[in-house]
Amino acid sequence: MPSGGRREGRAEAASPAPAVAGVSGARAPARGLSLQTSRRLWLVIFLGPAVALFATFVTYPIVSALAYSVYGWEGIGRREFVGLGNFVRLFETYPYPRLLANAFWHNVIVFALTMLVQNLAGLGLALILARGPVGARTYRVVFFLPVTLSLVIVGFMWALFLNPVFGIVNKALAAAGLAGLARPWLGDPQTALVTLTLINAWRWLGFPTLVFLAGIQAVPDEYLEAARIDGAGEGEVIRRIILPLLAPSVTIIVTLTFIGAFNWFELPYVVQGVSGPPNRATDVLGLLFYRTAFGEVDTGLQDIGVGSAIAVLMFIVMGAVATFGALYLRRREIELA
Amino acid sequence: MMRRVLVFLVAAVFTLPLLPSGAFGQEPVKLTFWSWRTEDKWAYDRIIRVFEQRNPGIRVEFIPYRNVEYNTILSSALTAGRGPDIIHLRAYGGLETFAAPGFLAPLDVDKVPELKRFPLQTMVGARSRKDGKIYGVPFATQTLVVFYNRKIFREHNLSVPRSWDAFLALMKTLKDKGITPLANGAKEGWTLEVLSGVVAPNFYGGTTFFEAVTRGQTTFRDPTYTNALAKMLDLRPYMPQGFMGVDYATMQQLFLNEQAAMFIGGSWEIGFFKEQNRNLDFDVFPGPPERADQVPWVSSFADGNYGINARTPHMDAAVKFIRFTATTEFGQMFTDLLRQLSAVPGVVVRDPILQHVQAMNRKATPYIMLVGFRWQAPTGSTLLQSALQAMMAGQMTPAQVGDEVTRGLSSWVDAFRR
Repeated sequence: MPSGGRREGRAEAASPAPAVAGVSGARAPARGLSLQTSRRLWLVIFLGPAVALFATFVTYPIVSALAYSVYGWEGIGRREFVGLGNFVRLFETYPYPRLLANAFWHNVIVFALTMLVQNLAGLGLALILARGPVGARTYRVVFFLPVTLSLVIVGFMWALFLNPVFGIVNKALAAAGLAGLARPWLGDPQTALVTLTLINAWRWLGFPTLVFLAGIQAVPDEYLEAARIDGAGEGEVIRRIILPLLAPSVTIIVTLTFIGAFNWFELPYVVQGVSGPPNRATDVLGLLFYRTAFGEVDTGLQDIGVGSAIAVLMFIVMGAVATFGALYLRRREIELA
Repeated sequence: MMRRVLVFLVAAVFTLPLLPSGAFGQEPVKLTFWSWRTEDKWAYDRIIRVFEQRNPGIRVEFIPYRNVEYNTILSSALTAGRGPDIIHLRAYGGLETFAAPGFLAPLDVDKVPELKRFPLQTMVGARSRKDGKIYGVPFATQTLVVFYNRKIFREHNLSVPRSWDAFLALMKTLKDKGITPLANGAKEGWTLEVLSGVVAPNFYGGTTFFEAVTRGQTTFRDPTYTNALAKMLDLRPYMPQGFMGVDYATMQQLFLNEQAAMFIGGSWEIGFFKEQNRNLDFDVFPGPPERADQVPWVSSFADGNYGINARTPHMDAAVKFIRFTATTEFGQMFTDLLRQLSAVPGVVVRDPILQHVQAMNRKATPYIMLVGFRWQAPTGSTLLQSALQAMMAGQMTPAQVGDEVTRGLSSWVDAFRR
C-alpha cells in the first residue's frame, strides 16, 4: 500500500536523527554525560529557539487575548473581571451579532469560492503542466510569480486596475464594446467580495498548482501505464489513478485554504480598509476583530473586551474545524489509497 | 603604541555613556511628541524650533506614525507604561479612550492658564465626560464645506448656489456640458459621513435637532433627520461614474486635476490642495440651504488636542511645551503654515479661503456624530457610514438608515432604548 510505504519511509528518514545523537552520545560518556542526557540536551538546542519564538508570538498572544476577553475595559484601560460578559455582548448586543454572522458568512464564501476557483484551476493547470507541454517550465514560473509578490503590492495594483475612474479594467471593457459590464467592482456590494476573492486567487494560484503538480509527478509511471494498457482513457486515468493518489496534496491544500480563508485579513485590509466596505460587504472575521479591538481610524472606538472575545472565538472555531477536518481528510486519504 | 591608543579609544567609547550627564554640564530635557500627522512634520519641526529657542533646556522630537496605525501604536505603548511625553490626540470620544482610564495628565487652568481664553464649545472636545476635567489643548477647528473650481465656474458663467434647487440646477448644467460636477465617491464611508455633514444640517435644522437628539428628546428615526439624509440621494447623478468604488484619493485627484468641478469635504483640504496644485483656482461655499433667503448651517468640530502622558518623567518640561501650544504665537504659526483654523483665540487668518471658512463658522452646528455620538463603541459614525453606503447603493432607505443608527446606538445611549 503506497501510503503505508510512505509512512515507513518517513520512519526510516527519521532514524538518522537518533544516529546523530548517538554520535554525540558516544563522545558524551567521556565528558560524563549519559546518552539520555545528551539526547535531551540536543533536543533543547534544536527545539528551544522554535519553542521560544512560538511561545512569544503565538501562545502568549492567544493566552493574553483569552485573558483580555474576560475583563471589562474602559477605553484602553483594563477594569474588573466580567467572566463571559464580553461573549454575551458579542452574541446579544446589536449590532455585534449581525456583524459577527455577516463576517463569518463572508469567510465561508471566501473559502468556498477559493476552493472552487483557485484550487480547481490549480488542479487543472497542474494536470496540463504534468503532461509536459511546450514551455511547461516557463509556465510553472509564470503561474508562481504572483505568489512571490508582496501582498501589499498586489492589493494596490488591483485596486488601481479596478478603480472606476482611472482603472484599466473598465477602460478595457469599454474598448471591447462591453461598456455595459463596467462597474465599480470593489464598491458595488454585489461584486466586491467576489472581486476581492478573485484577486486573492490570482495571487495564490501558483501555490496549489505547484503542490498538485508535485503530487501528480509522484504517481508511479507503472500505475498509469498499467491503467492505459487495461484500456483506461485519459479521464479515467485522472479520476481513478491520479486523483485518489493526490489525496495527501488535497488534504494540505484544503487545510491551508481553510486556515487562509478564516484568517483572511491582509488583502481586504489593503484593498478595502478596515471597515469592510461597502456596508460590510467585504467584512471578514479578521477585519471585524481588528476593528473592534483597535478601533477604526478617527471614527470608531476600541472595544478591547469584545474584540478579544472575537479573537478567542476565531481561534476555537478554526482550531476545531482544522483539526477535525484534517483528521477526516487523512482518513479519506487512507480509504482512497 | 598604536594598540594602546586603540584600547583607550574603545574603552572611552564604552564608558562615556556611563558617566552622569551632569559631568559635562546640564543636558537638555528631551521630550518626545507622537502624532499621526506625517504630512505636517515639516511645519511642526519649524514650530518646535521656535519653542526650543525660547527654552534652551528642552528639546522636542516630533515623531509621526501612519494615521491608520497611530491608535494601535499609541494604545500599546501607553498600556505598557511607555509612550511619548506629548501626545497628539483626537477630540471627544477619541480623547476619552485615553483620558478615562488615566493615561493622560489633567490640565487644569492653574497648570495651563492660557486655557481660560478658549471658547467653551471648543473645550468640549478636550474634556472627559467621566470626570469633567480637561485633558488637552485644542489645536484646530474644522468646518465641512463645498470646494469649487473657480475657473470652471467662470468659464461656464456659473455662480455660487444659494439654495438646494440652485445647487442641483448648477450640477445639471455642468453635467450637460460633459463635466463631472462632484468629485465625491462612496468607497470610504467616512467621506459619506462628511457629505452628510455638509448636506443634512440645513434640512434637519442644525443645532436645534442636535440639542434634541443629544438630550434624548428624539432619535435618528425622526423624519426631520431621515428626510435630510434623503437629500444626499439627489447628488448621486452628479457624482463620478461608478462613484460607489471611488475612494478618497481618487476624489482628491479628480478635483486637483480639474476633472471635477466640486468636492465636498473638510477645511483641512485647503493646505493640501494648494500644495498639490498651485495653479488650482478654488474657493469654498457652505452646503446650500433649502431656500435662498436662509443663512446656511455648517458642521464644525474641534479636530483634536495636544495632551501629556500621565507617566512622563518630564512633567514640568511637558507642561511648558503644552502651554506654548495654547499661545497665540503657536496658533498663528499653525494657521500660517498649515492653512488650518487654529483653535487658539486671537489668531489672525490671512488665507482668503480660510477667511471664508471663518466667516461661515458664524452659523456653525456641531458635526453631529463626532461631537454627540462617538463616545462609546459602536459609535454613531461607524453605524452611519456603513448605512449611508447602503443608502447610496440603493440597498437601504433613509428611514432604514435612521433606524439602523438608532438601534446600534441604543446599546449605550439610554434614551434611545425607550
